[in-house]
Amino acid sequence: MDNDKLVIAGHEFGSRFILGSGKYSLNLIEAAVRDAGAQIITLAVRRANTKEHESIMDYIPEGVTLLPNTSGARNAGEAVRIARLARELGCGDFVKIEIMRDTKYLLPDNAETIKATEILANEGFIVMPYMYPDLNVARDLVNAGAATIMPLASPIGSNKGLAAKEFIQILINEIDLPIIVDAGIGRPSQACEAMEMGAAAIMANTALATAGDLPLMAAAFRQAIEAGRKAYLSGLGRVLVRGAAASDPLTGFLRD
Amino acid sequence: MKNDFYIDSDKLSAKALERKHQLENDASCRTSHMEYMPGMERIDSDILDSVIAQMNGYDYDRYTAADVESALTHEVCTIEDLKALLSPAAEPYLERMAAKARIETRKHFGNTVYIFTPLYIANYCENYCVYCGFNCYNQINRMKLSLEQIEHEMKIIADTGMEEILILTGESREKSNVEYIGEACKLARKYFRMVGLEVYPLNSGEYRYLHECGADYVTVFQETYDSDKYETLHLMGHKRVWPYRFESQERALMGGMRGVAFAALLGLSDFRRDALASALHVHYLQRKYPHAEMSLSCPRLRPIINNDKINPLDVHERQLCQIICAYRIFLPYVGITVSSRESAQFRDGIVKIAATKVSAGVSTGIGDHESKYTGRECGEAEGDEQFEINDDRSFDKMYGDMEKEGLQPVLNDYIYI
Repeated sequence: MDNDKLVIAGHEFGSRFILGSGKYSLNLIEAAVRDAGAQIITLAVRRANTKEHESIMDYIPEGVTLLPNTSGARNAGEAVRIARLARELGCGDFVKIEIMRDTKYLLPDNAETIKATEILANEGFIVMPYMYPDLNVARDLVNAGAATIMPLASPIGSNKGLAAKEFIQILINEIDLPIIVDAGIGRPSQACEAMEMGAAAIMANTALATAGDLPLMAAAFRQAIEAGRKAYLSGLGRVLVRGAAASDPLTGFLRD
Repeated sequence: MKNDFYIDSDKLSAKALERKHQLENDASCRTSHMEYMPGMERIDSDILDSVIAQMNGYDYDRYTAADVESALTHEVCTIEDLKALLSPAAEPYLERMAAKARIETRKHFGNTVYIFTPLYIANYCENYCVYCGFNCYNQINRMKLSLEQIEHEMKIIADTGMEEILILTGESREKSNVEYIGEACKLARKYFRMVGLEVYPLNSGEYRYLHECGADYVTVFQETYDSDKYETLHLMGHKRVWPYRFESQERALMGGMRGVAFAALLGLSDFRRDALASALHVHYLQRKYPHAEMSLSCPRLRPIINNDKINPLDVHERQLCQIICAYRIFLPYVGITVSSRESAQFRDGIVKIAATKVSAGVSTGIGDHESKYTGRECGEAEGDEQFEINDDRSFDKMYGDMEKEGLQPVLNDYIYI
């Protein structure tokens, strides 16, 4: 287990929990790093675009990798401009592409995401696209140069868990890049389930931000993700579909 | 009880007074409030009909406690649920509505609260809106800031740490033309991260121009969605044209603005129907323009210079709270702004339930930020206020108070692209 690392474009991370952006507070970031073990924290560039007072940039502890996102972008062109701005702000080469043309559900626009991924990957960014889980799109993102694929589990902020479970499983089965489940994970048990399925990591924010006891929930996520990962690595036992297995084998009649 | 809006100034000429009284007393001498004036853009939109059909069919006394109970258990709030939540039957359920609204707010916005300030750059107005301090028959000090004065005001505001500004004018195309507003937007871009506009309604091409000058949000208050009532309150001027005003937000989005804001001025007409129409105006426009950011304001009538008796009538704080909770439950994703028209106590309470944006360091006068912020008399003339504010907290005080309430103040969450 000690050698089990999350590898994104050659960068290794010991933690498989990523703190999403959206709802920020100093307490949340502290809990995510100390209790959930987060080594990657997402940063909304538009929120960091501030002059004085408290900027989120000031909250990020040393040694934590910043993952700027392009929230606020409505198309590929805007996402590219925000990504370049993030680089100018000194946020490094990682970028999470978020392109939404819908302010109500904040669902990602897959077609524009493919375009932005190609442009930014060509510019040397480590591109982590947030997407609606669709196998064809995931393959296009791989070809466009994505470093990971980040399918949503359910609508962002909804805490509804793995509503898109079957489609995420297909991505895990078919795509060779790390599949990081993003958005909608509301409970540690859901994070654990996604990890059991073979997800490479979990991104969450609201589930922690709205918890009654932040550090306790952060610790619960850490344990759930670790448990799910161990279960996946160990290989899940067989699942009996209906009652016990037949004692007389169905193929018992075969003779030669 | 009703408001007595008509006030005669002794500075008006006999001819002006005669015209004013004619407008007030003889509806036949007023222009049609449903007909577009020359130059007003017509757009092909069915949103107005959808909103008004719902509003006209809204009989709020028909809703019962059972309807409210049912609305509160639904995961997705339907239009029927909204109607129940805005009805008198929901008043005993205010605490439960607040609890549900609070959950939705935290889910979508976390514990953040945005802070902004308005900057009035001119108070000339060509309209006679009987409840407004800027109306053309009200005897007040009129003023339009020069570009140098605008920049001076902006520097003073920006020095406090504020990053979002809302530029306002009185509704006079002649005194505050589009180019003047555009120059103000360009200046604002130098000092602020986010620039919003609350000016007279414009055509989509004009909104496009102002967007290119740096503005990205447009606020237009419909005042009341009851067009017959509107006719009796807006007696003269461009503002009288009710459908052109209704379509402002859509024209702004057609012009490329990122977001739009809506409001009925509560207390002018039947507040339950106006609140329903405001929420549905947002709802239908969001379906047509799903990328647009939407927000609602919840202003109540306030006293004005020369008429301190104007008040919000039957919209007490409990009713206002009910409306805001209903807005939040029906539209969990929209911003809700509560202005300095309300008391500090109300604003501190409502940000913990449903509001996501508050103003601070507010003046509704013209050119008076230096004297108000620093206490220094700058010797220059100042223009009078649009209405009396209630919560006069400075930016620093508001920032600290929001933190004390357990909220995280956010000064900017926006990039102009």
